Amino acid sequence: MGVGAIGAAIGEGYTAAEANLAISRNKKMAGDIFKSMLIGQAIAESASIFALVIAMILLFTKFSAVSWVTVSAVFSAGLAMGFGAIGSGIGAGYPAGAACTGMSRQPAMTGRLTTNMLIGSAVCQTPSIFALVVSFILLFSNFSAIPVSPGWAAMLGAGLAIGLGAIGSGIGGGVVAEASCEGIARQPLAIKPVTNVMLLGQAIAQTPAILGLLVSFILIYKGFPATNSLAPSMALLGAGICMGVGAIGPGIGEGIASSGGVKAIARNQEIIGVITRSMLVGMAVAESTAIYSMVIALVLIFVA
Amino acid sequence: MAIEGADIIKAAAFIGAGISMGFGAIGPGIGEGLVAARACEAIGKNPKEAGLLTRTMLVGQAVAESTGIYSLVIALLLLFVV
Repeated sequence: MGVGAIGAAIGEGYTAAEANLAISRNKKMAGDIFKSMLIGQAIAESASIFALVIAMILLFTKFSAVSWVTVSAVFSAGLAMGFGAIGSGIGAGYPAGAACTGMSRQPAMTGRLTTNMLIGSAVCQTPSIFALVVSFILLFSNFSAIPVSPGWAAMLGAGLAIGLGAIGSGIGGGVVAEASCEGIARQPLAIKPVTNVMLLGQAIAQTPAILGLLVSFILIYKGFPATNSLAPSMALLGAGICMGVGAIGPGIGEGIASSGGVKAIARNQEIIGVITRSMLVGMAVAESTAIYSMVIALVLIFVA
Repeated sequence: MAIEGADIIKAAAFIGAGISMGFGAIGPGIGEGLVAARACEAIGKNPKEAGLLTRTMLVGQAVAESTGIYSLVIALLLLFVV
């Protein structure tokens, strides 16, 4: 919960700062900008509300039949949602900020900007929803049949893989949506291609989080034989850390790459084909390190 | 649990491999994204040079990728050699 609140606070702070700047530029639009700021902040807040829900459940549930696997799963549920909320909180703040700035420049586009901001920030929430799903599975599944020795590490790894993995995709999705709100404010005619490319870019920026989700599910459901040594447990924990941390960079990087593409298309929409192609090539290269991380995580799970 | 020296080394190597590849992936991921963003913006300004710009982008990204590959190599060494 504490960690989850960081992201929401940064995101909301960013939105409020942009809103103030925007109002000072164009006082007549103060009402609309204020409304849009509140909507944007509410969305940025949702990730931390997920974290709050999980924290409440952790506080007020009586966990019976405690084995160390359950302890680890419950702890891991907290980590997953706490870390998972950071990215979406920060990410959802960016489009809201850009939408406020855009309204002060182009008051006529207020409606379109708000729609685009809502779509963009909704997509930013998906990584934190993945984290929420994994948290619920970790909290409410019955793990009493799982042997303690590698089981505790598998549960902890599952939470870290999706929790940390959601940070990058949340921020990355936000960067793309910010660029598209800026682009629409500057060049209202380009709204259609800009929104399309934004959605394409955000979808690809989600892939590292999806790889994280995949590794978490494997760690939760594969079922590992009981062992007396430490090495298999550490391999599973290492797999979770590897995939989770490894997904941060590519998620942010793909978001940045795609924001460049969106900006260029907003300026010059005739060459959308060339720009989209370069953007996709660039994003594919940025994805490669996430795939290396997944390979190492899978080797740790299945071979080590 | 009977934990012996060899087991601890194996355990440390496994978790080290995970940490190496995980953290090693952050930098190249962000860096390659920055390269691609600039390339897209440049192509938007000067579409005629799209081929040259894409080539330069790929060379730049390949260099940025190198530290990611170092991390991969170290992770594989920790997994299979140690």
